Amino acid sequence: MINIIELVVFTVLFVLVAVMGFLAGRWQSGSNLDHLDEWGLGGRKFGGWVTWFLVGGDLYTAYTFVAVPALVFGAGAIGFFALPYTVILYPIVFLPVLRLWSVSRSHGYVTPADFVRGRYGSPTLALLVAITGIVATMPYIALQLVGLEAVLRTMGINGSGILGHLPLFIAFLVLALFTYKSGLRAPALIAFVKDALIYVVIIVAVIYLPAAFGGWGSIFDSASAKFDATPSPADGILLNSNNQLQYATLALGSALALFLYPHCTTGILASRGRDVIKKNMIALPAYSLLLGLLALLGYVAIAAGVMPIVNESTGRPDSNTLVPQLFNVEFPSWFAGVAFAAIGIGALVPAAIMSIAAANLWTRNIYKEYLHRDATPRQEATQAKWASLVVKFGAVAFILFVDPQFSIDLQLIGGVIILQTLPAVAIALYTRWLHSIALIAGWVVGLAWGLFLLWTIPNPATGREHFGGSALTLSQLSVFGWHPFNSTLQIYVGIVALAANLLVAVVVTLVLRATRVREGRDTTIGRDYHADENDPELRPVAAG
Amino acid sequence: MTDNPPPRDPTDWDSGIPADRIEGTGQNQGNAIQFSWWNLLLLVPLLMLITAWYNRDAPRLFGMPMFYWYQFVFVPIGVACVAIVYVMTKGRRPPPAPRSNDTGGPGLEDVQR
Repeated sequence: MINIIELVVFTVLFVLVAVMGFLAGRWQSGSNLDHLDEWGLGGRKFGGWVTWFLVGGDLYTAYTFVAVPALVFGAGAIGFFALPYTVILYPIVFLPVLRLWSVSRSHGYVTPADFVRGRYGSPTLALLVAITGIVATMPYIALQLVGLEAVLRTMGINGSGILGHLPLFIAFLVLALFTYKSGLRAPALIAFVKDALIYVVIIVAVIYLPAAFGGWGSIFDSASAKFDATPSPADGILLNSNNQLQYATLALGSALALFLYPHCTTGILASRGRDVIKKNMIALPAYSLLLGLLALLGYVAIAAGVMPIVNESTGRPDSNTLVPQLFNVEFPSWFAGVAFAAIGIGALVPAAIMSIAAANLWTRNIYKEYLHRDATPRQEATQAKWASLVVKFGAVAFILFVDPQFSIDLQLIGGVIILQTLPAVAIALYTRWLHSIALIAGWVVGLAWGLFLLWTIPNPATGREHFGGSALTLSQLSVFGWHPFNSTLQIYVGIVALAANLLVAVVVTLVLRATRVREGRDTTIGRDYHADENDPELRPVAAG
Repeated sequence: MTDNPPPRDPTDWDSGIPADRIEGTGQNQGNAIQFSWWNLLLLVPLLMLITAWYNRDAPRLFGMPMFYWYQFVFVPIGVACVAIVYVMTKGRRPPPAPRSNDTGGPGLEDVQR
């Protein structure tokens, strides 16, 4: 059954933002639109408000909004890790992102891999960082489609086969075209609408829904009763003795990884100056509060007896339809339509930024470095526009032809592998002591071991033997067959792999320094890391 | 290039102003790290990773188990820590010396305070 009112409200809001997206290219546009500084970074001049909406729309995605409550619904307290993750995130990245912004502004770096290239003079290391970024971002884009599709299926557009995916395809075609035309300005402008809608919807939901189900006390009690009834000892409204370490390391690892994702650095590099970023690091936790409240809607869904909808395409219940279904059941159709539009548009903003970030990486660190060294800025911009189209249609093809579960697995892997670029990108902002070859060695070990550990993790709940999650039981931790721990504690795989990565990087650096192996030249200087918007000799935007 | 620093063309990787360190030795001069004691406040929000302190049901607040409201309380704590660091370290930057001096020495002038 298609709900006409929901569909009309959704479509009207969706068309509105699509028009905004197309017109956004003219918004405060610079003199030279055929340059990556303009298309890919919006002219590097976004102020406080635009950055707040853009980065907020970038970090807190549609997928987050449907997947986090779904996780809380299914597993309980462990799903709440999204709150500590987004609280400790800002204090951790506050100082490093300022240095990254300054050095990138000084040298015209567009991607984190550009910085690595300039800092180490090593095209190989930059290539590895770029490829890691692209591989980690691609499934993330596909997951935005999963979020969008959850909304469409809840509205009744739940067909099977290719035809069932048609509305999704149309929505993404629109997205692809306005991103091609307007670049980063499109998601920046649309983010205003998206966030306004999201705030209204969630504030109404968290005020109205708890009252409707007898207050938070009885909601938590009914959730607790549900988890007590399940055979699994791992779920519950509190953590158990085994998953507390997993909870803390997952929050920490996710926080360390987030600003290594190319789409997050894109949002930061597009801002006007250091002060804009600093103020944003103070103001962005407003979204964390929202995310925490939203996560609790998973428990509200338990109290309301809401169940996920069966995806006609895969024949299985789609847990991501949980929050849309909660709105569908508990609110009038027009309000549900607004909520669905908020989630749907919430998918467009990060998907656009991610595809731009991936396109920038491709253009700067693969195309220009290896395929066309003499590319002009104009050729770079054209190349990036086309790359953004390819990236998005790649994501659509993923959803059309591959089980959505595969995207979710890849996203899980993506978080672990992007964390392996931390030494080359984040530590390099402070010191260049680590040797570039050692960083490559650390990256290889961290990546390989992280993937291997993920492969070994089963998921008894779904009966899968491999890639069953990111929680590694310490007794399963094996170093070439040696099991150093005898414990049932669980830990986040990403942190384990990062520790191995750092260990290898340090040891190999010591060896290389002792044997005086030379490395590339560092073209950055100390003052670059403190450059700010009004410095007299700052490099002009869109130069070169 | 004492008077006219060459334009920094980001498309040509080797055209930047030469590094202020000896190639390949890994000397980390010129990272210009500015430390302030206030920065240590940024570690305070990490205390919320110690789950043993709050992984319990009672006392409840507005019906929420302690596990949940305790973590919500850390949202304003995190904001306050970052805001205090922002206010107290405002304006601490290296003096904007002209770039043309950069090539003169090993860059010791870049290590501030």
